[in-house]
Amino acid sequence: MTKALLELDGLNIHFPTQHAVRDLSLTVGQGETLALVGESGCGKSATALAITRLLAPNARVGGRILLDGENLLDFSPARMRAVRGRAISMIFQEPMSSLNPVLSIGTQLGEVLLQHEQLSRQAARQRAIELLDTVRIPEPQRRIDDYPHNLSGGQRQRVMIAMAIACHPRLLIADEPTTALDVTVQASILELLDKLRRELSMGLLLITHDLGLVSQWADRVAVMFAGEKVEEAVAAKLFAHPEHAYTRRLLASSLHFDQELHYHEARLPDTSEDAEDLQAHVPTGVPAANEAVVASQAPLLKLEDVHVAYRTGEKEFFAVKDLSFEIRRGETLGLVGESGCGKSTLSKTILKLIPAHSGRILLEGQDITRLGESAFRPLRAKIQMVFQDPYGSLNPRHTVEDILGGVLRAHGVADKTERHRRIVETLGHVRLSAKSLNRYPHEFSGGQRQRIGIARALILRPALVICDEPVSALDVSIQAQVLNLLVDLKQELGLSYLFISHDLSVVRYISDRVLVMQDGRCVEQGDYRSIWNAPQHPYTRSLIEAVPGQSRVQVAAA
Amino acid sequence: MSEKTLKSIRRVGYALWRAALRALPSVVGILIVVFLLLQMVPGDAADVLAGESGGATADTLAALRARFGLDHPILLQLLAYLNNLAHFNLGYSIRYNASVLDLILGRLPHTLVLMAAAQVVAVFGGLVVGALMAARAGKWTDRLLSLVSLVFYSTPSFWIGLMSLIVFSVWLGWFPSGGNITIGADLHGWAYIVDYLRHAVLPVLSLGFFFLSIYARLTRSAMLEIARQDFVRTAHAKGLHPLRVIVRHVLRCALLPVTTVAGMHFGAMLGGAAVIETVFSWPGLGRLALEAVLARDFSVLMGILLFSSFLVILTNVLVDVLQAWLDPRIKLA
Repeated sequence: MTKALLELDGLNIHFPTQHAVRDLSLTVGQGETLALVGESGCGKSATALAITRLLAPNARVGGRILLDGENLLDFSPARMRAVRGRAISMIFQEPMSSLNPVLSIGTQLGEVLLQHEQLSRQAARQRAIELLDTVRIPEPQRRIDDYPHNLSGGQRQRVMIAMAIACHPRLLIADEPTTALDVTVQASILELLDKLRRELSMGLLLITHDLGLVSQWADRVAVMFAGEKVEEAVAAKLFAHPEHAYTRRLLASSLHFDQELHYHEARLPDTSEDAEDLQAHVPTGVPAANEAVVASQAPLLKLEDVHVAYRTGEKEFFAVKDLSFEIRRGETLGLVGESGCGKSTLSKTILKLIPAHSGRILLEGQDITRLGESAFRPLRAKIQMVFQDPYGSLNPRHTVEDILGGVLRAHGVADKTERHRRIVETLGHVRLSAKSLNRYPHEFSGGQRQRIGIARALILRPALVICDEPVSALDVSIQAQVLNLLVDLKQELGLSYLFISHDLSVVRYISDRVLVMQDGRCVEQGDYRSIWNAPQHPYTRSLIEAVPGQSRVQVAAA
Repeated sequence: MSEKTLKSIRRVGYALWRAALRALPSVVGILIVVFLLLQMVPGDAADVLAGESGGATADTLAALRARFGLDHPILLQLLAYLNNLAHFNLGYSIRYNASVLDLILGRLPHTLVLMAAAQVVAVFGGLVVGALMAARAGKWTDRLLSLVSLVFYSTPSFWIGLMSLIVFSVWLGWFPSGGNITIGADLHGWAYIVDYLRHAVLPVLSLGFFFLSIYARLTRSAMLEIARQDFVRTAHAKGLHPLRVIVRHVLRCALLPVTTVAGMHFGAMLGGAAVIETVFSWPGLGRLALEAVLARDFSVLMGILLFSSFLVILTNVLVDVLQAWLDPRIKLA
């Protein structure tokens, strides 16, 4: 390691209700990438904000934060402003909301240049164009006057990076820089960061929950748990010989694409806090359904040449094109694709929330494509959906009983005791106690909330459950918990899933068959073994290549 | 003028035209409903005229009604009115013995001055006070200003008007107590303007302060909301001065909800202006409307109604244009 650029010495962060970071000591060398890893709430983001002293005023920071040997905590506000954006800059997680929507990107880029360097407006604009070129935004002269909403998520994150490197910082703090992005975009953003780190010999503090990323891009790794650093090691060593129990649990519960793990063979180790209430259940893998039986039955859902169009003014835009597939009873179909590929449009079309333009949708052999709402209503119970965001998809002012009871009322279960019986039964399915009935969503953890979301889908006893990114918003250990639950429920209740995700590792684990979508079309479908091992379509191959952390096997083997 | 400016002017014109077309049916509908409602008010212009001249025989009344066309069936009167309107004729005022259009055009500038000045005071004052409250949120400055704005928010504007009359013109004698110019002073040029403005101060402030407190509270909450956004953190992380972050990033975005609400309140302000004009004997449209009601001079009232609706439509279009200019995500259709 070269000379220490940033040194945290006994950093403590107190919020009024919480001791968020305890005695954290870290160093980042010049030109080095240090990954800070942990689950949400472990204090990693608080640490990042503490370094630039951007924490809310109610936070108390103790210890020392040394940049080139000088304690940033002693700096005056004016001197600290000269450090921010110049010596230390930051990239945040949400490229959608981290840029001001009403200012052009040129203005926002110029702002940081004008703040720290003696430049004319004209020169700043020229520099901004060069920076956009550096982060590989095509046609920078034209794009500089664009507003954030004109850019895609990946491009916005590139603009954020351009802003961060504008004044050649010595230290770049990237807080979950690619979490909100598609895999292929993720790979190119990290490649760009790594290249810039080398060229500008920056220190890079990479904060993430994604161990795959870490194994591929970090020199050293520090693992945080509940505000404390539990382990720090050179990346290769950490993955090969994790010392601390928490690190081992974290490594075990996260799904890696190159682990050939499938729900038929193994359950995921559950390391979450509320694991004990799920313990009572089946600990082993689930035997594969008898494939001959599955094949002989009529498909539960069948789509034939389905097109879905959106109309914007005069133009017609096809979000789903010529899509045909079927889901058999007891089968999990994984649907993979990047944002904007038509995944969500497809699920809405199957639920008949938006009409299909052409083609046929058959549910248990019955054509539902042109069915009116009143005729389709009784069939709605057969297809239910689990949403991505367990925070946004539950009404915060309804108790669990209201949430689940409302579904039953809408489907004509008028008797109160009957409703209560079914609610308690369904809560049992998702391993929540009857005590939860009168509690509100905010009283539950993220994993429990997602289980409430699953209960809402299951209470009508559907045959098909559409899971739209059901674990994307969850920490890895909770991800494992929810995936295990879905596998169990499928067996207990004889469900079929349409499992939509951008995360190939998750889809690989849970699917029987996989369908890959690009630009509204199906480019490839096949069973879970062949599609990963022998992908036919170049797009499928590029998706698989973009999954981070594939070098791990070699590292662990070495 | 560059091509771009020409293009945007054409776009604004088109937006105005479309808004007028869209609003036309509702304006006509309102006119018809109001016309019919007014027929239910006891008494007509002939009654009022007769009453003021100290009484009249039934024959005289009938003759008056025949002269003004008040003896025709209501539906026929309505059709005649709409027919006139279609020929851009707003009718004739029985009371003032003048064409309604002339009457309105004579009063309109005064109301426009009153409202425009009050709106400017309210929006700019509201933004400044709101920004101050947001920047000092929870501290005593914020609490004091919140209290003051609550007082203005919950006090009827006529009461504020009356109290300001008592304090500033009766006790302190700083400002004149009514009218829009000093009667009989025969001022010209600069002196006239100063005199006019001196008369305008109290009505403008009485009308404006109610709206100022609404906008201030809105600005405060919008800014506190925006201050939590990610892009504000980005701005701080760039090393910008906190004041610059507040003005350029937070206040800039808070302008959007404030302009929306200011546009929506324009109609309410028109109503408020009628009250304030009466309190300060300001010769505007509102007072004309009140006088027209008392005199049962319905064609004047209808004319005022028509003008006010066009005024509201015009402001709404202007607010839309302003919004599209402030927020690049909004496109003028």
